[in-house]
Amino acid sequence: MTQLALVIDLNVCVGCHACVTSCKEWNTSGEAGFMVDQNPYGEDPTGTFFNRVQTYEVGDYPHSETLHFPKSCLHCEDPPCVPVCPTGASYKREEDGIVLVDYDKCIGCKYCSWACPYGARELDEKQKVMKKCTLCVDRIYDMSLPESERKPACVRACPTSARLFGDVHDPESEVSIAIREEGGYQLQPEWGTQPANHYLPRRKMRITIHEDELERSDNPLKKETDRPEGPVQAPTLDDVTSW
Amino acid sequence: MHPAFSVVFLTTLIGAGQGLFLALYTGESYSVLNLLPPQNSLFYTIGSLVAFVLLVTGLLASFFHLGHPERAWRAAARWRTSWLSREVIVLPIVIGGVFVYGVLHHLGWELSLFGIQTNVRGDLTLVVGAFVALATFALFLCTGMIYACIKFIQEWHSSLTVINYLLLGTASGFVLATAFSTYGAPDLVNFYGVWAMIITVSALATRAASLIRNAHLKQRSSMRTAIGVRHSHISQRSMGAMGGSFNTREFFHGAPMWLFRSIKWVFLVLVFPVPLLLLYSGMSSHSPVLLYSAFVIQYIGLLAERWFFFAQANHPQNLYYQTIG
Repeated sequence: MTQLALVIDLNVCVGCHACVTSCKEWNTSGEAGFMVDQNPYGEDPTGTFFNRVQTYEVGDYPHSETLHFPKSCLHCEDPPCVPVCPTGASYKREEDGIVLVDYDKCIGCKYCSWACPYGARELDEKQKVMKKCTLCVDRIYDMSLPESERKPACVRACPTSARLFGDVHDPESEVSIAIREEGGYQLQPEWGTQPANHYLPRRKMRITIHEDELERSDNPLKKETDRPEGPVQAPTLDDVTSW
Repeated sequence: MHPAFSVVFLTTLIGAGQGLFLALYTGESYSVLNLLPPQNSLFYTIGSLVAFVLLVTGLLASFFHLGHPERAWRAAARWRTSWLSREVIVLPIVIGGVFVYGVLHHLGWELSLFGIQTNVRGDLTLVVGAFVALATFALFLCTGMIYACIKFIQEWHSSLTVINYLLLGTASGFVLATAFSTYGAPDLVNFYGVWAMIITVSALATRAASLIRNAHLKQRSSMRTAIGVRHSHISQRSMGAMGGSFNTREFFHGAPMWLFRSIKWVFLVLVFPVPLLLLYSGMSSHSPVLLYSAFVIQYIGLLAERWFFFAQANHPQNLYYQTIG
C-alpha cells in the first residue's frame, strides 16, 4: 500500500512562506476552482489556504530559538475527518492514501473540520465547500510534466529543501529513510490518527574543530612557505585538497 | 467552538418537539392502562401539530448551517459511519411519525391491531406511537453522539453529552405539555407537571455533573504535542495569517470572558430553578400563564445552555492559532 506524504525538516525551514504562496498559486489556478481571497488589500485580509507557515518561540529570551512550522493536511492513515462526513465527500484514496474532498458532494456542514484535531481544513467562504491540501494530486500524476516536476508545488518551491515528498510505506524511499534516521515524528500522536506527514526535529548544529585544522600539522613553523622539497612517496593532504 | 445559532436552534427546537411527543405518548399509554383518564382526539391532534411544528422549524434552522443546503439530501449517504448522517435519516422519520400519529388521532381511526380490550378503543395509534417514541430516542442518541463521538473535543466526549441532550429535550417537552394540557386536558396538568419537575431535576444533576467533569478536565493535547517540541516554554509568534482565517472564526467563541462565564449561571438559573418554581406555582394556582412562561423561560435558558455547550468546547486546533501575526 502506498501512502504519499510530506516530511518537513524543521531544522532547515527558514519560514520564507514560499511553500504557502506556491501552493496557493498552483491550487487557485486548478480546475477545482479558485481559493477565495477576501479583502486582500483591505482591513483583515483573509482567504483559503491549504498550507500555512507559523512561527513559534521556544525557550525564554535570550535563550530561545525561533521555530518555523509549516502546517497543512497531514493525510492521516486513520483520518478522523473521513468517517464523520455525512455525504462521503471526504474520503481517503485507497491507491495512494491521499485524503481528499469531493467539492461536488460537500454540503459545507463543517463537521469534518470539527473532527480534525490539526485545523487542516478550511471552509472556502466563496464556494462554501471544505478545502484542504490535496498533495497536488492534479500535478503529481501529470504525465505531461517531466518526472522531476511531478511533486507538490510546495516541495518544488522550498528554497532550502525542507520539504520531502514520497511514499512513507516504502522503507527505502527518501522520506522513510529521513523519518527513520533523523528522528521523524508525528503531530498530536495521542489521538491515534497516525498522520502520514512527519516532521524532522531541530538539531544542534555544532562543528568540532580540532587543533590541526587551525594549524596545519605539516607546517610546524606556523607560517606559510613553499613546501619543503623532499622525497615524497605518497601525496600529502595538500596535494588533494584546495586549501 | 463558535456556537452557530442554526445548530443552537436546531437542537433546542427538536429537543422540545421530541419531548412534547414523548409526553403525549406517555399520557396515551397511561390512559390505556387506566392510570389516567383518556383524552379526546383533539388534544393529541393539536399536541402532535405543535410537536410537528417544533421539529420542522428545527429542521429548517439546520439548513442555515449548510454551505450548500440544496445538496442536503446527500447527507443521508454515510449512515454506516457518521452520526450526522444518522441524524439526517432519523429526524425526518420522527417528523413523519409525529405527523402520522397526529393524523391518526385526527381521523379517529380506532383500528384494533391486537385486539387488547381496554377502555380506549383501538390500538393503532399506540403501535404507531411506540415506533415514533423509539425513533425519538434514537434521534436523541444521534444528536448527542454527533458531539460525543469526537474524542479530542474532551468536553463533549462523554456519555453525559447524550444523557443531557435526552433529559434537557424531554424536560422542555414535558414543561410544554404541562402548559398545553391546561386547555385540552386539565386532568393531565399535574401528571405532566410532576414529570416535568422530575426530569428537570434529573437534567440538573446530569448537566451539573458534566460541568464539574469539564472543570476538572486535563487537556491531553498541549503546545508540546501540537508541534512536537519538548520544551516547557513555547509561545506562538505568528499563526501565518494577519487577518484571521476559518480556523480563527470557527473554533473560538469570540465572546468576552465575563460574558462566557456569566452565561453558565444564566442558563443554570433559567433552565432549572425558575421553571421549577413557575411549574409549582402554576400547578397550585391553575394558571396557564405561569406554566407557559415556565416553558418560554426554560427554552431561553436552553438556548443559553446550548450556546455554552459549544463555547466551552476546546478544540485542539486552537493550539495552532494563539497569536495573530
